[in-house]
Amino acid sequence: MIAARRERAGVPLAALAVALATSLFFLLPLAGLVWRAPWSSLAGELGNREVRQALQLSLVCSLWATVLSLVFGVPLAWVLARAEFRGRKLLRALTTLPMVLPPVVGGVALLLAFGRNGLAGQWLGVQLPFTTAGVVLAETFVAMPFLVIAAEAGFRSADQRYEEAARTLGARPWTVFRRVTLPLVAPSLAAGAVLCWARALGEFGATITFAGNFPGRTQTTPLKVYLLLETRPEAAIVLSLVLLAISVAVLVGLRQRWLAPG
Amino acid sequence: MSRAGRLGAALALVLVALVALVACGGGSSAPGGARPITVFAASSLTEAFDEIGKRFEETAGGARVTFNYGASSTLVVQVGAGAPADVLATADEATMGQAVAVGTVEAPAVFARNRLAILVARGNPKGIRTLADLARPGLVVVLCAAEVPCGRSGQQALDKAGVEVTPRSLEANVKAVQSRVTLGEADAGIVYATDVQAAGDTAEGVSIPENHNVVAAYPIATVKSSRNKAVAAAFVEYVRSDAGRAILAMAGFSP
Repeated sequence: MIAARRERAGVPLAALAVALATSLFFLLPLAGLVWRAPWSSLAGELGNREVRQALQLSLVCSLWATVLSLVFGVPLAWVLARAEFRGRKLLRALTTLPMVLPPVVGGVALLLAFGRNGLAGQWLGVQLPFTTAGVVLAETFVAMPFLVIAAEAGFRSADQRYEEAARTLGARPWTVFRRVTLPLVAPSLAAGAVLCWARALGEFGATITFAGNFPGRTQTTPLKVYLLLETRPEAAIVLSLVLLAISVAVLVGLRQRWLAPG
Repeated sequence: MSRAGRLGAALALVLVALVALVACGGGSSAPGGARPITVFAASSLTEAFDEIGKRFEETAGGARVTFNYGASSTLVVQVGAGAPADVLATADEATMGQAVAVGTVEAPAVFARNRLAILVARGNPKGIRTLADLARPGLVVVLCAAEVPCGRSGQQALDKAGVEVTPRSLEANVKAVQSRVTLGEADAGIVYATDVQAAGDTAEGVSIPENHNVVAAYPIATVKSSRNKAVAAAFVEYVRSDAGRAILAMAGFSP
């Protein structure tokens, strides 16, 4: 808002008009959701056992996906940002592919890799579809790129002279990473982790395709919303509102980064 | 190219794509001058109705048919909300009953029936013969979720047979059950006879005896607000004719 006022002199009226229409485009669906929400039965719906189960499973799985993304994604981002090698661009394209791939396609691909007759599934002999671990795998596959991209940008923009200074003062590589690099990229990692978590929480297509749908085991909140729409739309709206509230909370948490640019 | 130039080119491309889309949408309106009719039909009718539509257009000179396939419950809501439909065909009588109750359709009649069947991998490697076999430990069974019609009738069939199954997954629609079996993730699933037919060579069906089966009746009706009632009625008649029945039978429906 403040930014818009400061810039107004340079912004043509037409752009302002389009911006207004665009903001309505984003606002209306949300307004619809809030408008149709059965506020009186809200508490009752949230007390429903299957609804609570779905919310709980969503929380557990999305947090696991975030932890796995941090553990595996941060080293990958570091390599992408700092190492010089052939095929680096290819590697980056590969790791960001799940961001543009339709999630359902991702789910099918995971089945062909980790399913019962899949490439690794046959060979490892593990049964990942229809398990909670399968949900975590699907969410990690779809959400990790968000962390990798944010972390890589962080590693790139961090001033390497601090690390060099630490090294010349005798710090070992691990100490440099822990005491210098990590604090420098911490804001990027935090933003990436939150985005990654939010994406994992909202994951639908890859999860239902790969992990299936069973209450308490693989039925996350978005899956429950989808099925509730068939029979109890008002309950689906309540659950959608919960997801909406979480999204808003994420945006508020990231406001330093996006809502106030510059 | 400058940055502004590139942006302009990208915008132009998007615009062209949009215009093309809109033009395609309008393009389906009748080369022969006759107004096309739109048939809202349950997803399980896709293969059969596509074929019936083609034959109908050949026989009824100049008439054109377009289809909108979806879940019966969704279609009824859409027609009730004023979607431009001329004919409605649902996968069960209950949803059609809702359309009758709000007065959007006229005189529905059952034109086909769909039986439940067990879908197994080609060659039936697990030797599944009856619903009771689905309770075997270690067998990966998937069913439809209780929220969708195939889940409700599947459960009814299991209840009738007195079988308690522990499914690995409750899929959101019957096509998902079909793909679980055809991809080999599940050993068996309960689907409709039409899905067994649609699965082709990738899987095979095990029939469920009449006393345990739950048969879905498919009603069809013309929509009251149709602006082309003559063609709509002719289409319904064609679906119920011998030619229509033959196509439905090929898709796995029973009379």
